Amino acid sequence: MKSIKFLLVGIVFGIILFKSEAVSWYRIYEMFKFESFHMYGIIGTAVLTGMILLWIAKKFQFKNISGGLMDLPNKDKGIKRYLIGGSIFGLGWALAGACPGPMYILLGSGVFSMLIVIAAAILGTYVYGVLKDKLPH
Amino acid sequence: MSSNLRTLCAIGGAGKKTDFFNFDWKAQRWNLIVVLGAILGGFIAHFYLSAPVAMDLNPKTISDLSVLGFENAGDTVLPPELYSWDAVWSVKGMAILIIGGLLVGFGTRYAGGCTSGHAITGLSNLQLPSLIAVIGFFLGGLIMIHLLFPLIFG
Repeated sequence: MKSIKFLLVGIVFGIILFKSEAVSWYRIYEMFKFESFHMYGIIGTAVLTGMILLWIAKKFQFKNISGGLMDLPNKDKGIKRYLIGGSIFGLGWALAGACPGPMYILLGSGVFSMLIVIAAAILGTYVYGVLKDKLPH
Repeated sequence: MSSNLRTLCAIGGAGKKTDFFNFDWKAQRWNLIVVLGAILGGFIAHFYLSAPVAMDLNPKTISDLSVLGFENAGDTVLPPELYSWDAVWSVKGMAILIIGGLLVGFGTRYAGGCTSGHAITGLSNLQLPSLIAVIGFFLGGLIMIHLLFPLIFG
């Protein structure tokens, strides 16, 4: 039953990101050129909706899928890892035009060459895991 | 979304040599189910919910891209100049996809999240680290598109 809920979340996520064109390399390029409100509108709406729903969920003590209270863990403090790691992510996001969600959505839409990007992203994650203790965080 | 990449590393056996991947991936199976859903969502959206209409991109974006060698921008979701098999099986094309994927996979784990984890969920939860990460996303993206694109595609 839980699995079906997660599957549904994925399906809705996939349809919305595809239909809103947030998965498009062109839209990402346009965003970084500041030539359209499109992507800012999508991200801004998502953040606003998220804020309101999280606030409601906490206020009315919604239960999460395991029966506990709805809550999100705070992110670890720090600056370096977020700024450096984030910038590296941004370079790849703009180049490949796909982040970890859209990669799979685009694969589902029939873009099989995306498998190369996915494989490289898994390798990139592996390289991070190996180098983790040597990197500034 | 990006935690599935770590889970996949763990399933592949990366935990034997590297502590970072030494965890009970079965407890993280949910992120693979979400991935499966995302693949299905992409399939449904493309094959059952799409009319062949071009994207309404800014004409300036289209002409900028044409200068870089990307024609008919917006007719498809992704540029055939990068994702068609002809492009993929060239040294440059293959290198672009591999380097792009490596940067995304490495950067997202280093930063502890991707667009969904930091930009959407993190900002919704008013997390300062997420704001710093999003600034990083933009720093990287702006460098790539404004400084590196003219060198790579010019």
